[in-house]
Amino acid sequence: MPRPASTPLSQPTSHGSGAQAAAVAQVAEIGPTPEPAVRATRVVIVGGGPAAHRLTEALQARSLDDPGHPDPVHVTVVSEETHLPYDRVALSRRLLAADDLTLGSPDLWVGASVALRSGSTVTGIDPVARTVTVSPTGTAAGAATDATEVLEYDELVLATGSHATRPAIPGAEHCYVYRTVDDVDFLRGEVGRLATALGRPARVVVVGGGLLGLEAAGGLQKLGASASIVQSGGWLMSAQLDQGAGQALGRLIAAQGITVHTGFRPREIRLSPSGVVGGVVLANGRMLEADLVVFAIGITPRDELARDAGLTIADRGGVVIGADCRTSAEHVWAIGEVASIDGVCVGLVAPANAMAEVVADRLHGGDAEFPGIDDATKLKLSGVEVASFGDAFARTEHSLEVVYADPARGLYQKLVVTDDARTLLGGMFVGDASPYSSLRPLVGRELPSEPGAYLAAAGADAAVSGDLPDDVAVCSCNNVTAGTVRAAIAGADGTDPCTDLGELKTCTRAGTQCGSCVPLVKKLLETELTKSGIAVSRALCEHFELSRSELFESVRILELTSFEDILARFGTGLGCDVCKPTVASILATQRSDYILDAGRGALQDTNDRALANMQKDGTYSVVPRIPGGEITPQKLKVIAEVAADFNLYTKITGGQRIDLFGARLEQLPDIWTRLVDAGFESGQAYGKSLRTVKSCVGSTWCRFGVQDAVSMAIALELRYRGLRAPHKFKFGVSGCARECAEARSKDVGVIATELGWNIYVGGNGGFQPAHAQLLASDLDDETLVKYIDRYLMYYIRTGDRLQRTARWMEELDGGLDHVREVVVEDSLGIAEDLERAMAAHVDNYEDEWAATLADPDRLRRFRSFVNEPTTPDPSVVQVLERDQPRPARPDELAGPVLLSGPSIPVRKA
Amino acid sequence: MTPSTATAVIGTEAGPTWYRACALDDLEPLWGEAALIGGEQVALFRLSDGRVLAVTHRDPATASYVMARGIVGSRGDRLTIASPLHKQVYDLVTGECLSSPALHLRTFPARVVDGAVEIGIPA
Repeated sequence: MPRPASTPLSQPTSHGSGAQAAAVAQVAEIGPTPEPAVRATRVVIVGGGPAAHRLTEALQARSLDDPGHPDPVHVTVVSEETHLPYDRVALSRRLLAADDLTLGSPDLWVGASVALRSGSTVTGIDPVARTVTVSPTGTAAGAATDATEVLEYDELVLATGSHATRPAIPGAEHCYVYRTVDDVDFLRGEVGRLATALGRPARVVVVGGGLLGLEAAGGLQKLGASASIVQSGGWLMSAQLDQGAGQALGRLIAAQGITVHTGFRPREIRLSPSGVVGGVVLANGRMLEADLVVFAIGITPRDELARDAGLTIADRGGVVIGADCRTSAEHVWAIGEVASIDGVCVGLVAPANAMAEVVADRLHGGDAEFPGIDDATKLKLSGVEVASFGDAFARTEHSLEVVYADPARGLYQKLVVTDDARTLLGGMFVGDASPYSSLRPLVGRELPSEPGAYLAAAGADAAVSGDLPDDVAVCSCNNVTAGTVRAAIAGADGTDPCTDLGELKTCTRAGTQCGSCVPLVKKLLETELTKSGIAVSRALCEHFELSRSELFESVRILELTSFEDILARFGTGLGCDVCKPTVASILATQRSDYILDAGRGALQDTNDRALANMQKDGTYSVVPRIPGGEITPQKLKVIAEVAADFNLYTKITGGQRIDLFGARLEQLPDIWTRLVDAGFESGQAYGKSLRTVKSCVGSTWCRFGVQDAVSMAIALELRYRGLRAPHKFKFGVSGCARECAEARSKDVGVIATELGWNIYVGGNGGFQPAHAQLLASDLDDETLVKYIDRYLMYYIRTGDRLQRTARWMEELDGGLDHVREVVVEDSLGIAEDLERAMAAHVDNYEDEWAATLADPDRLRRFRSFVNEPTTPDPSVVQVLERDQPRPARPDELAGPVLLSGPSIPVRKA
Repeated sequence: MTPSTATAVIGTEAGPTWYRACALDDLEPLWGEAALIGGEQVALFRLSDGRVLAVTHRDPATASYVMARGIVGSRGDRLTIASPLHKQVYDLVTGECLSSPALHLRTFPARVVDGAVEIGIPA
């Protein structure tokens, strides 16, 4: 990057490329040091929101692409908030489930060339001296304290964002806004606190019927509040929607129990004599009762620093920038909501990201320009879809509007096209926005079909297409084009081809911000893979053309019961280690027959085959079920005695169970005889099935517990034990929001609330960890179990082989929302069927080890050698470590170490 | 399940030494079992047509004795066995590894004589 000509090279500085983050803060106090050969350009970013995050990431990425770059950049981000930069677009998730919204990888902030100063506020800019004054957040402006510092910069980027606007009406100071993580954390807590204090749901009035207001009201309603919306315009989202669309939306919102008051502004916040909020008085004199008032009426750019520093400010606020993102002051840039381009500040993430990329490019000597504002929006609020894009209001001369409206269904869809009805100009969708993601990239282009073909009346199947031109932006948040996505799928530039959606999202960043383009990205992936012959083949293996879920349904409908029948009907060859265990699992889920009988034994995967987990030396580990992690001292003693008697290595598992290692195949029946006699049953640690339901002690013992977590965990573990699925799955039950059972890292997480249980789904640890997401709140026991029944069965029926719940939900069209529709709203009408299937499993469950021990024919499968059934495998050699046995390592087998075999100490090469 | 004596030498023509391993009926179709024969751990597989195939019980990738507990299948026209540990796939007849060419699974001749399974151990 060419350093700007005026950069003072003689300035004493400590900033080599490896300068410590802390050194940035102390620059003014450091004495002269020898001039390093190359000094990093010091970029200071004021503000720590998404725009700052994107700029930092973009600058870093450019440096990493070229590690030997002669002109390194050192970035300091000064952020008022104490959080790492987070995804403001996803605040509604935070409101419902306290999700972590941190943007990107936290690793970005630990490198030597980046310093994040959170909890710090820039209080002044001197564009001539090129310094900024930094104080801890909360320090009064202008008040110099010991903690005040002066930072020098070479380039300054203003990314200060906006304030949520509060109207100047009496009582407004008692109200709240919906802008930051702290705001939504407060609102979540406050709704709960008010409900407890008042003994009824809190009445919340949200002022503002735009995107944010709707999100806030919808979220608060879900948290149990009774929400209403006050909108001064004639209909909701009047900035994005026309009257027809706004009214359709109003009906859908009202259907969720949210009252909408349109046409009047609030005049005053009425307080009770004790000074707490009691209501909102509207301009027409009507009073709405309220315990909590939230303003979501818009945002005001935080241009005060720039104003004080003498930068040019737009008439309607915001720092004036050109297409190059430069402000009126040299070496000062502005990006994001604070930047005013053509007299407008935009509160959307896509333009903010685009501006960040422009500045990153310019700081590296490029000449990128801001491409213009894409103000397409899509909102999803508990099933209500709203989207608008392009010239949604048909302002283009002679443009035509093609509208389909079905008021009864709350459906409104409109496309705006040129007068020849061929070129797409914009669109608006309420109720069903499924055409949005594939149409939005086509703005300004000729539509492949008649406009009407894209609307719900026509079935809307014409819409989604994997054949977009390369230059079309698929993901507008991150400005990723169809060409970029295709290149990643093909594996351009020597990188490995991305052949699954998760990988593709990671490497292109498409779909990682608002997620609305994910269906389109998925479509592109499938189209490309099909083209290149990698075939999105959902085929299980060379023997079955069908996918696991297709096979599952076929077997279910035809009521097939054996691998031979299934293979004869749908497959070829003899099967393999992929399809045989899959079929075994499908049969086990559907029929609950003993898994090793009638030829099914030969289908089972390694662990299922022995009803134990094979370890590296061919011995097994044994895990008895300990439901919920609760165990009596007597039973604990039995485990200890068994472990001691059979010389088993003993370790506590992560799932609150005990794993006994080193059991030989022929010892398993003897070990289980002891365990079953003592009342234990198989823990199914060997199955792709329910593992454990981890719990905390809950209200039984804990001072903070609000529900009986242990009883619930035991009930759930006993209900779903032995249920076989595409992959293993785990549960957690926590007795309060402190979440000591780490339930949100489980496939199904149950967390107690004052009112019942919240259920979270799709979490897992493992290679790609995922947090479970909120499916439903405040359920009673019965509804909780019903939802889990449906969720698990739906997963088992539709999941791919070895696909965990998190990936399954990611790959499902509609993701979590779709799952919620199926599980909670029964949108497919299969809820009863799913529950029936689960009931059949529960009724037919039997302990596999007790069933094995009861039948000599079954025990036969556990002999070590067909001709010497009880002779131990002579090759197994163990050594003692920390007083327990473990398999000998190859070097120990070779060397003079004290070894012990199972009974005959034999050494084999 | 009556264990036959594995050490019984059936014959020693020019080729391998043949040992009786077990009765054919001791083996469940496609359910592999190990046998101790002449100091060797051998994995036996009874196919659906009554044929028996034998390979070493030792997993070439890990040196653990587990091969009898793998899954029998096919790849194209070839009969296969997958290692139960890391799922390398071997030709059950030739011992060729189809997934990692560097590995090889030792095979043993096997035959069924009067309802008894016999395994040949090369001299």
